[in-house]
Amino acid sequence: MPSDTPPSRADEVAAFIARTPFAQELGMHCEVMGDEMTAVLPFQDKLIGNVAIRAIHGGAIGAFLEITAMAQVFLVTEHLTRPPRPINLTIDYLRQAHAKHLYARATITKMGRRMCSVQAVAWQDEKSKPVTILMAHFMVGGD
Amino acid sequence: MSDDPTSAPESGVLPLRLMQENLDMISGVIPWGRRLGFRMTRVEKGHVWGVQPWKERLVGDPDTGVIHGGVLTAFLDNLCGTAAGSAMEQLRYVATLDLRIDYMRPAEPRRDILGEAECYHVTRSICFTRAWAFHETRDKVIATAAGAFAITKPRAPSTMGASDAE
Repeated sequence: MPSDTPPSRADEVAAFIARTPFAQELGMHCEVMGDEMTAVLPFQDKLIGNVAIRAIHGGAIGAFLEITAMAQVFLVTEHLTRPPRPINLTIDYLRQAHAKHLYARATITKMGRRMCSVQAVAWQDEKSKPVTILMAHFMVGGD
Repeated sequence: MSDDPTSAPESGVLPLRLMQENLDMISGVIPWGRRLGFRMTRVEKGHVWGVQPWKERLVGDPDTGVIHGGVLTAFLDNLCGTAAGSAMEQLRYVATLDLRIDYMRPAEPRRDILGEAECYHVTRSICFTRAWAFHETRDKVIATAAGAFAITKPRAPSTMGASDAE
């Protein structure tokens, strides 16, 4: 690939994760495949919320899903110059997240002119057994 | 009845008193809480106050230095969980069932964030909570939260300080 190729949106998503201190603090990364993306949060001891059962903190999972949802919206909205701002989010904690990798994917439920609705799902061993689900709204225009 | 978290404790030790006596341990025993650096500053029955200090590594927008919303998720989750724990008569673990966060206005760069949570209803199995994050007062709020917590197994007083919301 020629080196003067302008950065693709996938590169911009990767750059956003790389230059966001808190995303680095979490230790997450995104694997982009065209307009799809899987986020990965490798297990680290610092992410633990309950030492007795070695479960990952719900707040860490919520943040991971929020960044995943944000990155997915950024990936598919060509007009945005920077990742969208969240309006609100709801997190459903369905199962304990054990001391192993977490994976997440986000789906855009509705893309509007100003706002968009996104769902992000986190899982560990089986995608059909989600650990946590996030529903969020982001501003995608007019700000 | 021992399976009712709202009935009097058998041990005679109230969760509230244990929390008040171990304020620093509440988030200090949670690795992710320690990493973020938030702590509880005051606990009353069903009501908790805390602070999330600003730190470079918690920044969400490198251009402005504003703390990431995901930091508030963990902070407010723990404040709500602690408020839930302090509202019960028996020492029990609580697990976050769901948490809703509304972002009202951006936090200001390089400033600590204060938080407050209350548990406004407790049933035999669920605690209902809400929380606020702000710089000065609740009138100028950065984010609000509403969370429901499932009451789980009894907890040994020796583990106290672990306000874990898992």
